Amino acid sequence: MDQILRSPARAPEGTATLSRRHLLGAAAGALVLAVALPARVRAEAQGPAEGAGAIAPKPGTRVPAFLEIRPDGTFRFLSPFVEGGQGIATGMAQIVGEELDVDPARFVVECAPPGPDYAVVNGIRMTGGSFSTRSSYPLMRQLGATARDMLVRAAAARLKVQAAELTTRDGTVVHAASGRTLAYGALAADAMALKPNESAPLRDSKTFRYIGKPVARIDVRDKATGRAVYAIDQKVEGMLYAAVAHAPHPGTEPVGLDNEAAVRSMPGVHSVHRLPGAVAVAADSWWRARKAVEALTVRWSAPKATGLDTVAADFSSDGLLAVLKASAEAGHAAEAEGDVTGAFARAAKVVEAEYAAPYLAHAQLEPPSSIARFNPDGTLDVWLPNQMPELFQGISAKVAGVSPDKVRIHSPMLGGFFGRHFPYDSGNPFPQAILLAKATGRPVKVLWSREEEFARDGLRPLSFSRFRAALDAAGNPTAIEVRTVGEGPIGRYFGALMKTPVDPSAVEGIVEKPYAIANRRMTFTKVAHPVTIAFWRSVGHSMNDAFYESFLDEVAQAGGHDPFELRMTLLKDKPRHLRLLREVADLAGGWRRGPYAAGAGQRARGVSLASPFGSETATIAEVSVEGGEARVHNLWIAFDPGSVVNPAIVKAQVESAAALGTSSVLFEQIVYRDGLRQSRNFDTYPILRREHMPAVHVRIVESGAPMGGVGEPGLPGVPSAILNAIAALTGQRIRSLPVANTKLAGA
Amino acid sequence: MFDLTINGQSRRVDVEPDTPLLWVLRDTLGMTGTKYGCGIAQCGACTVLMDGQATRSCQVTVDSIGAAKVETIEAVEADPVGRKVVAAWIAAQVPQCGYCQSGQVMAATALLRETPKPSDDDIAGAMTNLCRCGTYNAIAAAVRHAAA
Repeated sequence: MDQILRSPARAPEGTATLSRRHLLGAAAGALVLAVALPARVRAEAQGPAEGAGAIAPKPGTRVPAFLEIRPDGTFRFLSPFVEGGQGIATGMAQIVGEELDVDPARFVVECAPPGPDYAVVNGIRMTGGSFSTRSSYPLMRQLGATARDMLVRAAAARLKVQAAELTTRDGTVVHAASGRTLAYGALAADAMALKPNESAPLRDSKTFRYIGKPVARIDVRDKATGRAVYAIDQKVEGMLYAAVAHAPHPGTEPVGLDNEAAVRSMPGVHSVHRLPGAVAVAADSWWRARKAVEALTVRWSAPKATGLDTVAADFSSDGLLAVLKASAEAGHAAEAEGDVTGAFARAAKVVEAEYAAPYLAHAQLEPPSSIARFNPDGTLDVWLPNQMPELFQGISAKVAGVSPDKVRIHSPMLGGFFGRHFPYDSGNPFPQAILLAKATGRPVKVLWSREEEFARDGLRPLSFSRFRAALDAAGNPTAIEVRTVGEGPIGRYFGALMKTPVDPSAVEGIVEKPYAIANRRMTFTKVAHPVTIAFWRSVGHSMNDAFYESFLDEVAQAGGHDPFELRMTLLKDKPRHLRLLREVADLAGGWRRGPYAAGAGQRARGVSLASPFGSETATIAEVSVEGGEARVHNLWIAFDPGSVVNPAIVKAQVESAAALGTSSVLFEQIVYRDGLRQSRNFDTYPILRREHMPAVHVRIVESGAPMGGVGEPGLPGVPSAILNAIAALTGQRIRSLPVANTKLAGA
Repeated sequence: MFDLTINGQSRRVDVEPDTPLLWVLRDTLGMTGTKYGCGIAQCGACTVLMDGQATRSCQVTVDSIGAAKVETIEAVEADPVGRKVVAAWIAAQVPQCGYCQSGQVMAATALLRETPKPSDDDIAGAMTNLCRCGTYNAIAAAVRHAAA
């Protein structure tokens, strides 16, 4: 038996919860530091970029940090962002290629290592928040233009002509007067030695060939032929494979192994280990490691009997929801406008409703894995799926007991993410890989089985909001009041960044709505969950827009208005939203709520709006009921992200988000009973299958507003449009998700 | 020791009899195009062809394979139908994260070999693999494209 593994970063003796918090604190602290310090100081803190005394770069400007022009005519681009299906690798190739004058198809895009050059998202670096393109678009255009300018100047020197006499054509500098040409590859060494001109002129957008065009993704061939390499596919020499079994209750520890000797003698087994909150077996193949770890008879310490500071033996999701509902603690103002109390006092009618949404798993199809390798020179390599390399670098360093500059982070493409790959408490395998590599003296790859992933994935928080609206005699809303109780992932993991006690990730989708309702009071009351919570595609919007837009339909019904007409009325001074509503109605062949006869039965439609991540959406869903279950036939989505780089990828992302929205509202939930998650695999956590996939019709509206996000915004309008259609069809207003928990009436 | 025929080549592997084909492919033979998603035949990411039939390799123990011919994604373009499927996947720009697509392409190849002109019901019956990115409609379009 190895000694219990303990990293210097962890708190002493039996304080697993504390030690995990310690890691988290470091994580949040690192981000706070990154945001609080000027870029230059931050860059110096991370060490010189190259050579001694290199000047800290302005993020997104140093051409050689991003671009390698290869002799074979391909271009390697080190991206600040990780590709996980959203198409950002292709988008970067389009933006840089447009200005560099290189066909995006010739780019090889990889996620860059940690480094100050890549902190291009408002001074930090992450792939998330639907930020990638909108945050980096001007920088990446300029980077491409700066690189092209260097190549042209290098060519001018080589050809002994004026730079103004030269043009470029897809990776080649052309001197038209003499007919001479020079490939970029032949000029690269000279060009990179020149002083960059960071105000090199940009291309006239009217002449764009790649930006704004449905350019083919650069990764589809590899992904259609099994050649794409994900973290799970990587292998390093001398590597052991490890499988883990986590404690049934998070925060409990292995206290004894009854059959360790027998397990150690199983085929291929190298060693048996205790880890914080888990046991592990290292072996010469993962299947052997898994069989062995599952054969271990482990005695675990007991969880707390009750309480909400840990996942106690009696913890249940129903119990937590009851606590959220029962909370009487006053909320902090998330939005306050007008005279809400007066409006309710004068109301002709008051509408009230409570909405709840369950915990959700990410259920990305690639189970998480990580490889850790300590090198003879004292450095550590970590290969892992991640959305924030610098943050994982810092945590890895703490776990390993080395300084961050000794840690190389490798970020392969992601087999889906949806918010999965931020550091979540004990929700990632990389600390286990580091501890096992240390213990065995060998590189170790830890792969979580699907069951272990469902046991330890960070979850979208279970959520609860109570709505009230005041209506005047004409049935129009004069006031709305929303009380939200719970916790969001920003408060949990990046709370130090918040300027108020209101967690934006808990109330987004409920505040800052476009509707002309004069009197508004939205509050947030924090009740911390014992559960590891997480960002999940579109975060707070994923449930809050479902709540708000469902409630707005309830208001319309109480006031005797058609839900589409009420929205038109409340948006009469909002031309961008009005246009989207008209566009989506047009796309759907005109607004009609139904029910109406279609196919073999009745169908009805619901409408919703959402304003997530700087973009705007209007959605109409068409639903029928078969055998007590909802069938979504069509989703029509008008999507305005301001402007787009790749309309084909944007449409694909909206359809993908719509699929996840459909899946979540109809089927998904993680239920806790007796402190245990009830889902361990896809048989007990149903996700959208082909037979439930609706037809999705997307219309992109480029309003010219500032560029918004793309990856997440397609989702939030979908659940509410479906819920509103179900209500129109059956009269049943579902206020507790998912729909599958309710038997629907009608056919 | 087991002798297997994989992509037309004989391969000898020294593993326990109950080892799933999936892990023989991935860890023993280093053929990582076939993916692990769930291990319980729910997701289909591990789909390979066994004597032409789409099969979830996580459920096939190595001792049950015998003389069956195994085809994996690594050899998909060696087959004329597989080549058409891959071309259709590219034309329809199907993949997003791509993780399930090896299995989807293999399932489509098996379908189109058996049923060159599949109906929508045929597609629904044969293409049962999960896709968390929700590329189902694009997959169906690509299958129809490959059949055209």
